[in-house]
Amino acid sequence: MTDAAYDALVVGAGHNGLTCAAYLARSGRKVLVLEAGERPGGLAATREFADGFRVSAAAHLLNMLSPEVAKDLALERQGLAYAARNLKTVVLPGDGRQLAIDGDRLEGASASDQAAFTVFQRQMQRFAKVLNRFCMRPFPRLTERRGRDNWLLAKLAWDVRTLGKANMRELLRIGAINIHDVAEEKFDSPLLKAALGMDAVLGSHMGPRSPNTVYAYLHRHLNDGGQGPALVRGGMGALGDAFAAAAEAAGATIRYGARISSIDLTDCRTAGVTLADGSAIAAPVVASNADLKSTFRLVGPLNLDAGFVRRVHNFRARGVTAKLHLALDGLPEFPGLDPADAGSRLLAATTMDGIEGAFNHAKYGECSPLPVMEISIPSVHDASLAPPGKHVLSAVAQYAPYALKAGWQAGREPFMRSCLERLEAIAPGIGEQVTAAELLTPPDLEAEFGLRGGHWHHGEIALDQALFTRPIPGANHYATPVPGLYLCGASAHPGGGLLGLAGRNAAKTILAGEAAS
Amino acid sequence: MTPHDDRMLLDTPFGSRVQAACELREWEPWKGYASPIAYEDMELEYFAVRNATGVFDLTPMTKYRIGGPDAAAFLNRLMTRDVGKIRPGRVGYAVWCNDAGMVLDDGTLFHLSRGDYRLCAQERCLDWLLTSALGLDLTIVDETAEVAALAVQGPTSCAALRAMGLEGLEALRPFGLRHYPFDGGELMVSRTGFTGDLGYEVWVAPAHAEALWDALFAAGRNHLIRPMGNAALELARIEAGFIQAGVDFVPAEQVVRHGRARSPFELGLDWLVDFDKGHFTGRGALLRERAEGSRFRFLRLDVEGNKPASESFILNKRGETVGHATSAAWCPSAKRNVALASLEMPWGRPEDELYAEIYTSRELRWTRVEARCRIIDGPIWDPPRRRQTPAPNF
Ligand SMILES: Cc1cc2nc3c(=O)[nH]c(=O)nc-3n(C[C@H](O)[C@H](O)[C@H](O)COP(=O)(O)OP(=O)(O)OC[C@H]3O[C@@H](n4cnc5c(N)ncnc54)[C@H](O)[C@@H]3O)c2cc1C
Repeated sequence: MTDAAYDALVVGAGHNGLTCAAYLARSGRKVLVLEAGERPGGLAATREFADGFRVSAAAHLLNMLSPEVAKDLALERQGLAYAARNLKTVVLPGDGRQLAIDGDRLEGASASDQAAFTVFQRQMQRFAKVLNRFCMRPFPRLTERRGRDNWLLAKLAWDVRTLGKANMRELLRIGAINIHDVAEEKFDSPLLKAALGMDAVLGSHMGPRSPNTVYAYLHRHLNDGGQGPALVRGGMGALGDAFAAAAEAAGATIRYGARISSIDLTDCRTAGVTLADGSAIAAPVVASNADLKSTFRLVGPLNLDAGFVRRVHNFRARGVTAKLHLALDGLPEFPGLDPADAGSRLLAATTMDGIEGAFNHAKYGECSPLPVMEISIPSVHDASLAPPGKHVLSAVAQYAPYALKAGWQAGREPFMRSCLERLEAIAPGIGEQVTAAELLTPPDLEAEFGLRGGHWHHGEIALDQALFTRPIPGANHYATPVPGLYLCGASAHPGGGLLGLAGRNAAKTILAGEAAS
Repeated sequence: MTPHDDRMLLDTPFGSRVQAACELREWEPWKGYASPIAYEDMELEYFAVRNATGVFDLTPMTKYRIGGPDAAAFLNRLMTRDVGKIRPGRVGYAVWCNDAGMVLDDGTLFHLSRGDYRLCAQERCLDWLLTSALGLDLTIVDETAEVAALAVQGPTSCAALRAMGLEGLEALRPFGLRHYPFDGGELMVSRTGFTGDLGYEVWVAPAHAEALWDALFAAGRNHLIRPMGNAALELARIEAGFIQAGVDFVPAEQVVRHGRARSPFELGLDWLVDFDKGHFTGRGALLRERAEGSRFRFLRLDVEGNKPASESFILNKRGETVGHATSAAWCPSAKRNVALASLEMPWGRPEDELYAEIYTSRELRWTRVEARCRIIDGPIWDPPRRRQTPAPNF
């Protein structure tokens, strides 16, 4: 390529950056990964937030990982181990009732809901399978349509056709609408509907009534085969370690503590990067695992067309998800829940309207006084995370808008209190058990993990920011308007969650030497 | 702020004087202002600008003040030419494009003092300027209403302005700027204009506008000064071969139908595109266009006869439509029947025989001619005084 020491640089050692590096290195490219932090994995991280208490700092449940990526990178050989798999999901409204979802089996629901759920699950799995195929290959370029694009388009059409007429009609009917209407139409149990609603809004600035939530639901279930999520042994950081080991095994080099301060161009083409310490590294290709806005901030607006910068600016990427970590001096008791199920995926939610009500506040820049939560007590399955007899609780809490009107300085304590109140309602006495607590707000996540807006997916998963328009027109096929610069993180298609597909697809695009449309 | 009134067109700060002089009372809306089409007689006004001095109220022109640490870099990324070459105290003509390399507008950039600019344009484009400013440190202020301006154009323009007290004005070079104290305030004079002749534009705060008008017309009486309206200016600019936004091209932000916008190459403005200056908006698209070829060619045509080829189709030898005239006029001083025309590629090569299909009516009798067109290579109207410094004293 050139006389540069590296064929490609990867900005960031998130799981996607590492995946991209691994695929590139496997194909004989000399690859250097530069990570600002001190460890691999990005949002797949384990942190000790109190003496002896370790927890997954951001992502805590593994349910989306692409089997193909896991296989290609031999992640299990590289050290990935599970503390638990196929976790049940249990909805706890806080009044003693409960409903559990175990694969396609429901506990605590009527026979008619069970029958409807079996059908629903099967159908969603079929749709997810088609969607998955959309996510495994580059998207056809609709405006240019060269030979290969026509071929890809035909394949897409064929994938949709293979659903059969009735399923295809159903997919087109519900694909862009909201989960609330679909759940109302199919089920009776408010708790079941709340569980589906949670799946559709986790990580997004959306309530169950927001358009596109069915798409978001499908995105979440892209790869789970209808099974529950898994817990990674050692916390999610261990997943990051496995990805790093895979990239290194493939021949890539990873450097930590290497914050990139600019992506450099020569004659308007990618030429390399400059690090915060002022040193420069040359390479003709840079793949950015950083989110869209951070990536183009590194390029600088003067090196980009103004309309493109406007699109980057308008990309919706303000997180609403906070992360709550509690050190507990015992296992909390959840009335009505079999203690053996305390290590399940627990949802603190009552009804879809309750979730929507929580979301309403976020629309106006306020925190939800009655937050909804996805809770995991991983120490039930993984004793390495807490001192003997003690436990650690990890909760994703919504809605905590990035741009809180009152500011997070003032808003942190009240939101933490709201979360604890909600927990107290489903596990009375838990407050007494807390010996240390930590709340990571979206601005905290931004500061710690370098993702602007602190958004779960590096940017909303909504139809205008998904599939062939993800993240934005002009950068929607991994390649960007800057020759040699590619996106390989969650901003790129198919989006966020621990899948590895953005990294894999970006590598394939780079290897095919494609330019942006 | 851009001023507006929900019901009435606005008067410019020269309004009282313009109204008093405008015998015909023929007004045209121009960006929210009432602008005279002609004051007394369009032809007298045209001949004044070519043989003496014509004064045109150009206050409605959109004016933005651009300053701040990133102003120069911002402008260089906005515009296709190398703005760094416009030194302080100088003015430059420029176009700017969208990402697709399609022209949004053209205008003049005044480098008032280091890092302090005024952009003068036909179209309002604050939204695009603000878009282009994302991530940069600068201020953009719409000062359309805060700056009144008269174009003072024609062979005796320098003499008239000097008679008004602007000493040493003859030493001002084309596209240069000068400041004079006036009426307790200040005048800025630039040697710029839209007539292709010796001429100046005089910029002043609205409070001094009437005083400027009065002083100028008093001083210019012996220099045969006359106010001129849009019609005379339009004829002069076609004769000068200048393009006009909204007439010879549709500003890309206003284009509704796919493919109707034009790139700088397609407007014959290749000389304004500098690929060596670093990145600018539209650069990638224009590079691609340069490699793959343009869709249109912009030409200045000398049309046989004296019937203006207004809105005419341009035909090739076989009578096929290959383009159309965007502006056309019989130009009395150049003594040429000029058409500005947009032709589909590859038409308009030196060897192509082109005809303008012209329809004219005389007392309800229509005639149609196919007038032979010849491509004009050099300028159409280009008197030496346009470039001479010191400016000749007529
Ligand atoms: C609170 C929260 C909870 C979540 N829970 C789950 C979950 O339970 N399950 C799930 O599947 N997903 C979950 N997600 C989503 C998932 O974590 C992310 O979508 C995914 O990890 C993104 O991976 P990535 O590799 O694309 O980017 P990241 O993991 O964000 O990695 C980007 C990397 O780039 C580095 N970087 C950025 N800028 C620079 C620079 N200038 N120089 C050098 N390095 C730089 C960063 O340090 C980081 O390491 C959650 C997200 C959040 C925020």
